[in-house]
Amino acid sequence: MTGHLVVVGASLAGLRAVEAARRTGFTGRITLIGAEEHLPYDRPPLSKAFLDPAGAPVPTFRRENVLQNELGVRLLLGAPATHLDPGRRVVVAGGRNVPYDALVIATGAYARELPGTRGLAGVHTLRTVDDAVAIREALDSGARTVVVGAGFIGSEVAAAARRRGLDVVVVEASPTPLSGAVGERMGEVCAALHRRHGTEVRCGAGVTGIEGAGRVGRVLLSDGTTLPADLVVVGIGAVPATGWLQGSGLTLDGGVVCDETLFTGVDGVYAAGDVARWHNPMFDRPMRLEHWTSAAEQGAVAARNALAPETAAPYSTVPYFWSDWYGGRIQFAGIAGEDEVRVVEGEAGGRLVALYREGDRLVGALTVDAPARVMKYRGLITRGASWSEGLAFAAERRRRTSGDLDAGVGTDAGAGKRRMPA
Amino acid sequence: MRIIVDRTRCTGLGMCESVAPGVFEVNDDGEMELRTATVPGERLAEVEQAVACCPNEALRLAP
Repeated sequence: MTGHLVVVGASLAGLRAVEAARRTGFTGRITLIGAEEHLPYDRPPLSKAFLDPAGAPVPTFRRENVLQNELGVRLLLGAPATHLDPGRRVVVAGGRNVPYDALVIATGAYARELPGTRGLAGVHTLRTVDDAVAIREALDSGARTVVVGAGFIGSEVAAAARRRGLDVVVVEASPTPLSGAVGERMGEVCAALHRRHGTEVRCGAGVTGIEGAGRVGRVLLSDGTTLPADLVVVGIGAVPATGWLQGSGLTLDGGVVCDETLFTGVDGVYAAGDVARWHNPMFDRPMRLEHWTSAAEQGAVAARNALAPETAAPYSTVPYFWSDWYGGRIQFAGIAGEDEVRVVEGEAGGRLVALYREGDRLVGALTVDAPARVMKYRGLITRGASWSEGLAFAAERRRRTSGDLDAGVGTDAGAGKRRMPA
Repeated sequence: MRIIVDRTRCTGLGMCESVAPGVFEVNDDGEMELRTATVPGERLAEVEQAVACCPNEALRLAP
């Protein structure tokens, strides 16, 4: 196909969309529209190594020259999309009309803010590189840090503050952190990692106020506590960036609703990444993921499908994400099935592998500092393995390692090596 | 084709193992190991996909 492919959203999914389009041999025009001024950059490092004092550079994916000349992409950056007219096949971005033949929507998500805190210096969400620079500068100045929300982003920020030896308190409104992502029991296991590394975690405490004269000075909690703070990082989730699509005719329901091929139901329009709520055939249910892996893959699939709708392929996946805390790594594959969670290797407090069951199917695997394990379980889940197959595989691993996964369990923050018998 | 790993970029996330098990494998130290130096012809498509999906762009193929 020739014509004009327009990709709205210049982060990972958008970048992968334009790259995939060229890889399939598309020779038409491509325009990549981004709300931020920056070239596409990688977000996971922003809450990890980027926050360290050394001052890592912006993790840009491609130089401008590569995007424009090698990939032949016209860049429209600093141009937030404000309107879609699918009847006329036009996107409005940065005040300009951009006509399209095929469209990929990859506008991502916004970090949810605490009401009433906008404009108060020292209070940040962490989504963009500008956010990360501001947080790093505050950490550089030795800020007393309060993290609101014990999710993955907040937890990584807390770990970054502790690496610098700063005092940090994590405040979480729900009784258990991460219960939505990994279930209550494993959420508790993750929270224990914080405590072990000197990070105070207060669960079941809501923020009732953030005070300060021009800049933050203290955080007030629902249990009556007042926490002194120079830096507040708010990690309370993300909201899909669909505001600009109101009235466009697209179905918006917790994201842009898509079928299994990422098709929105509106001619020529596909969606990818954090903004897309698509039907995942792997688990036969609608999902919206905020993971690096699915954003990258969906971007490529959406572009290929948008350019060749007659041969559109479904996107089916076992979700996967990782999070780095205190020199260790938490990895999760699948979904946190609610019927059962069972620790099959190791134990809470050390390295562990936990499996999740839904009906008689293995649907999820959580590993803490067990990097050799997680993808093997992801493979089992992808193949539709039963619960008993999952348990049998775990038993085989235990047998081969004499059941001693805890040998040498250490918590040494920052240790480069994570030893575990094969 | 040979697989070339940029060890300064690889962090052992294991995406490659997920796509092409038996070619790539993360060990217990969290380091990714190649189980084969050259790519068997019948697995080339898988390995190309694994190379493309590395979050750290640590992999490439060379003749």
